[in-house]
Amino acid sequence: MKIQIAGVGKTFGSGAPALGGIDLEIAEREFVCLLGPSGCGKSTLLNIVAGFLAPTTGRVLVDGSPVTAPGADRGVVFQEYVLFPWLSVAGNVEFGLKLKGLSRAERERTVARYLDLVGLGAHAAKFPTQLSGGMKQRVAIARALANSPSIILMDEPFGALDAQTREVLQDELSRIQRLEHKTIVFVTHSIREAVYLADRVVVMTSAPGRIKQIFEVKLGEVRDRFAPEFTEIESAITRTVKEEVAKVHE
Amino acid sequence: MIVRGLAFALILAVWAAVSYGNRAVEFTNPAIVPTPGEVGAVTVAALRDGTLVRNLVTSLVRVLEGFAIAAVAALALGGLAALSAPIRFMLEPVIEFVRPIPPLAFLPMFLVWFGLGETSKVAFIAYTTFFPMFVGVAASVLRVDVMLLRAAATLGATHADLLRRVVLPAALPGIIVALRLGFGLALFVIVGAEFMGADAGLGNLIMEGRTFFNPPQIVMGALVLGLLGSIVNALLLRLERRVLPS
Amino acid sequence: MEWGLRGPAVARRRALRLKLAAIVGFLALWSIVSGAVAALKLFNPIFLPGPWVVLGALVTLAAKGQLWGHVVATLERVAVGFSTGAVLAIGFGLPVGYFRALRNVVEPVVELLRPIPPLAMLPLFIVWVGIGEGSKVGFITYATFFPMFLTTVHAVRHLDPLLVRAAQSLGARPAQLFFRVILPAALPEILTGIRLGVALSFFVIVISEFIGAERGLGYLINDGRNFFLVPQMLGAAVLLGLLGYTGNAIARAAERRFLRWQSPS
Ligand SMILES: Nc1ncnc2c1ncn2[C@@H]1O[C@H](COP(=O)(O)OP(=O)(O)OP(=O)(O)O)[C@@H](O)[C@H]1O
Ligand SMILES: [Mg+2]
Repeated sequence: MKIQIAGVGKTFGSGAPALGGIDLEIAEREFVCLLGPSGCGKSTLLNIVAGFLAPTTGRVLVDGSPVTAPGADRGVVFQEYVLFPWLSVAGNVEFGLKLKGLSRAERERTVARYLDLVGLGAHAAKFPTQLSGGMKQRVAIARALANSPSIILMDEPFGALDAQTREVLQDELSRIQRLEHKTIVFVTHSIREAVYLADRVVVMTSAPGRIKQIFEVKLGEVRDRFAPEFTEIESAITRTVKEEVAKVHE
Repeated sequence: MIVRGLAFALILAVWAAVSYGNRAVEFTNPAIVPTPGEVGAVTVAALRDGTLVRNLVTSLVRVLEGFAIAAVAALALGGLAALSAPIRFMLEPVIEFVRPIPPLAFLPMFLVWFGLGETSKVAFIAYTTFFPMFVGVAASVLRVDVMLLRAAATLGATHADLLRRVVLPAALPGIIVALRLGFGLALFVIVGAEFMGADAGLGNLIMEGRTFFNPPQIVMGALVLGLLGSIVNALLLRLERRVLPS
Repeated sequence: MEWGLRGPAVARRRALRLKLAAIVGFLALWSIVSGAVAALKLFNPIFLPGPWVVLGALVTLAAKGQLWGHVVATLERVAVGFSTGAVLAIGFGLPVGYFRALRNVVEPVVELLRPIPPLAMLPLFIVWVGIGEGSKVGFITYATFFPMFLTTVHAVRHLDPLLVRAAQSLGARPAQLFFRVILPAALPEILTGIRLGVALSFFVIVISEFIGAERGLGYLINDGRNFFLVPQMLGAAVLLGLLGYTGNAIARAAERRFLRWQSPS
């Protein structure tokens, strides 16, 4: 197993627990989506896997060794993009490579490759302030991929984008995953997005978050959002999620 | 509060260690490194014979008068400059021309123009504090979000409504900050003004400490000014929170 | 047309012309008033010399070869005092801003000392190091240290924590984090603090040159006061303004150079 999440719970300060106790195993090259009502602890779980937060109970193993700190083996794509504003597009993608001390030629080759992969080859010299939201998120994805982590953690990466851009980026991510084969944990509120991208969809309960149900998405590599099988899974998951969201409003 | 107390104790301890230590080993002339005890004694004496209070009041009155004049002028001219582009284009370059001149460079001018009496000090404070307050007031009014004005206009606000119900409340926080900074500046420069041509005031008290070689008196003056500054600042911050419910 | 308080945007050329007109108008008004004072004998015209008289006083001083020495003296004190203050402020400010334990000790102490107006400490500097260069330079360092230190601490402290996280998950080690993320992210505010420090240096140098100096623009002003040379006083003040303005322009140019990413064209 690539990622083993065993009995992971989190309580902030002396408040009520935010995360109940999560057991989840994620295989190498698997694409897992986390769904659940707002405030159920999805970001918390992701932050624990990333090493930004320590769990209150349980532990997370990556490749068999416990996670203690953030590291280059787990790339992160944030909802807020979080580009380094003082670096150009190319400079951002190059960041992790520089940290590793790669040669200039090697860096330039990698940067060019991943900028092309996300379709930003022509914008390498621009600064983040000159980019649209969709372009910024492409840079963030290229930055994470260029660092060649085996795992990529994404927290609502497309949440701030308009519906059209969002679908375009979903297509791109799906295409990139077919080439790169990363282990991806992806948090989203969009059930369509989850069904379009994931091998498995994990639905969480309302706070404190636990796993409510796991759906296997047995569709092909390239998916059609309007196929009947697609809609079938989508509605099954929607029902489950709705039950939980309703509980929040009781 | 506890943190403050600890910090205070730390400063006092370091000061005491340095000054009494210096007295013990005579690293330099002990007379120029006053001890907390000496400063305390000088302060008690100055409180007894009323010199401290008298000089404090003198300085404070100068600061208040000068600040009040400058604040009225800055509010009026700053508001006008922000609301009228032609006036702004006329005032701005002149102010940008005069502003880089360090105000203290004009202090002797004020003494030549207005003599050694109160007028020169009050006028100097007014002159010094006017510029930053003018700039702050004008900038706060100019910064008012256009979207707020548009929203109010679509709700039927007239020109006067916009000024009273949108521009004023939206600019108020910035204006208050500008006034607070202006007051801080007044306390900053009054010392310098009283160094030069004055026979009373805290700055004069400090200068006397130098002239008659009485370092404890210098330190007393500096500490009283610091205390005054932080009290005034705390009061203004409290007022700010009162006026601007957040 | 932009609808808002600023009114319609004014073309660059026109704005420049308006500004020039305002400056010329200001100088004209000054000339007229001083001329009127002289003509109507409102008060002794020695108190309000016209702009050309002020310029004349500067030219005379320059012709006698004295002006340059005063300018250099002031600039030297400012340069040495300010750069020492900046190096100390940034050197201490970065670690204090970053390490919470350090900050918890240092910050309350600084907050307690800060309200003391620096000018109040000037006589003590003179008592300590005498009336020479040491006290003037040291005083500028002292006066500029606090604001630059505090802006540096603030800059590091209010850094976007997500930037740190992003760098960590790209594999940044502590030293790399410091030089590649914290420093550049804090730079805009640090540079603002530096600009503040430059202005403050010119602010306080004047008064230490009033008190016991034989050279410098502040000395020229005070000398003018003692001998009633009003044109010399005004001239030196305007020169100080020019120096301050240039210092500010240099600091701004540095900001534009280092912070091009904030508004790239
Ligand atoms: N740093 C923190 N300190 C205290 N409480 C926190 C902190 N971070 C999150 N929480 C709490 O933990 C719970 C879970 O938060 P989390 O951000 O993980 O939810 P989420 O599932 O990502 O929600 P959303 O879908 O809205 O992003 C919430 O109740 C939140 O208030
Ligand atoms: Mg979240």
